Amino acid sequence: MATRVCIVGVGESECGNVPDKSALQLHQQAARAALDDTGLAKTDIDGLFSCGDDWMHLLQLAEYLGLRPAHMDCTQVGGASWELFVAHAAAALQAGRCHAALLVYGSTLRSDLRRRRRVIDQPAPRGPAQFESAYGLTLIGKYALAARRHMHEYGTTSRQLATVAVTANRWAQRNPRAFHFGTPLSLDDALRSRMLADPLRQADCCLRTDGGGAVVLTTEERARDLRQTPIYVLGSGEAVSHLHMSQWPDMPDLVARDSARRAFEQAGISAKDVDVLQTYDAFTIMVLLSLEAMGFCGRGESGAFVESGALAPGGALPTNTDGGALAANHPGMRGVFLLIEAARQLRGECAERQVPNARIAVCNGVGGYLSSCATVVLGR
Amino acid sequence: MSVNKAAALAAYLPIIDAESEPFWAGTRRRKFLLRHCNDCRRSHFYPRHSCPHCWSDNCEWRAAAGKGRIFSYTVIHYNDALPFREMLPYIVALVDLDEGVRVTSNIVECTPEVVHVGMPVEVVYEEITDEVTLPQFRPLNPS
Repeated sequence: MATRVCIVGVGESECGNVPDKSALQLHQQAARAALDDTGLAKTDIDGLFSCGDDWMHLLQLAEYLGLRPAHMDCTQVGGASWELFVAHAAAALQAGRCHAALLVYGSTLRSDLRRRRRVIDQPAPRGPAQFESAYGLTLIGKYALAARRHMHEYGTTSRQLATVAVTANRWAQRNPRAFHFGTPLSLDDALRSRMLADPLRQADCCLRTDGGGAVVLTTEERARDLRQTPIYVLGSGEAVSHLHMSQWPDMPDLVARDSARRAFEQAGISAKDVDVLQTYDAFTIMVLLSLEAMGFCGRGESGAFVESGALAPGGALPTNTDGGALAANHPGMRGVFLLIEAARQLRGECAERQVPNARIAVCNGVGGYLSSCATVVLGR
Repeated sequence: MSVNKAAALAAYLPIIDAESEPFWAGTRRRKFLLRHCNDCRRSHFYPRHSCPHCWSDNCEWRAAAGKGRIFSYTVIHYNDALPFREMLPYIVALVDLDEGVRVTSNIVECTPEVVHVGMPVEVVYEEITDEVTLPQFRPLNPS
């Protein structure tokens, strides 16, 4: 039987509004914070896992950080990449290809947008994109197509979508590091926010912040000498269905149905065993689709499930306990923050937002446009 | 199409390649061409040289009737990019053609108040430049 793999360190860079730092600097800040958390030295890191939208990202990053990893992975599947990296790092660690794996992310999305150094999601109209680009389908519009279809099939309401945002905001009030800490959001606020791509309003959309995060994984044997309670990787799965919305035949059935099934089977758990959930929430609809696909509720039942208070503090399935992309931070591809918050919950470090006796956590990354999913089951 | 709109849309117009040229040649003749696989007998869109269902190279171009129904839609109220900013609000939809493929397009000659999932639509063509004629869809008149 293969050795077990665990998360032994997590860390974040400065997050929120960080106009005076570069994206690579935020990678370094996060990496150092995660390494300090473990008790390992920089020279112990021999596996590097990262992706970004810059050119030759991993080469640039290894050079900037002064690392010469024996194992590297730059798979770019959007926000789900860091959950996928956990699976790939576990395989590499179990195969002995590396002994301490660093997963790291950093982005200055907010500052770049403010300086007009970045345009959101405007691919050149070549290849498959040439059949879409002249129609003005915005990034938010892509998610709106899935939301509208879900409303049509199941009667899901704008109020149910808004409840996802309000729930995230409630968690953020318990997290001093959250961007919206101290800025409560009511259901009326959410439902009156500006319509961007019908049916999605401003409150249905994630933040755009700066920030970075990092996670260090190693083997169970190596973890014994380290500083923190190891958090075990119990299962993982990945899946992809499309890139362009027209090519997603089973819309709005998210491919987390496959990634979560694979992860839950490997971990030997079912949805009812999960104590705390971190699931990517770039848009409120993404949460609803993820809950159904992973089996936390039936198809079409997610709206009512959220309205029942299940995801909120004290609910049956505490979800996105740091405030998520909707209320804590969103530097563009925030999958790494799901892992960080899950590990902290399982270690019992979350103070006011701590879920009592959390033993099993699930992280579900979603990338592209509801395109790729990677699911990780963690336990202590 | 006004010269101004064509110029503003320029950065968003298709960069036509050998694989896609027959499709755009089709829209210039007011035809909406699909790829049809003679082995697994399924059509697909957007057009690939080989069938994405069975990987056969035995595919041919066939004209669609240009009719279908809206599978989903969104009314875009916010887009900073020219020329879309000046068209707000506008409708983008996924249209299921009767031939069994799904297409992204605008719904034109239709207000946000009446557009709905399941609405029958038909293709219309807008000549943007000498090279590019864009297919769009409008409500199918039941008459």
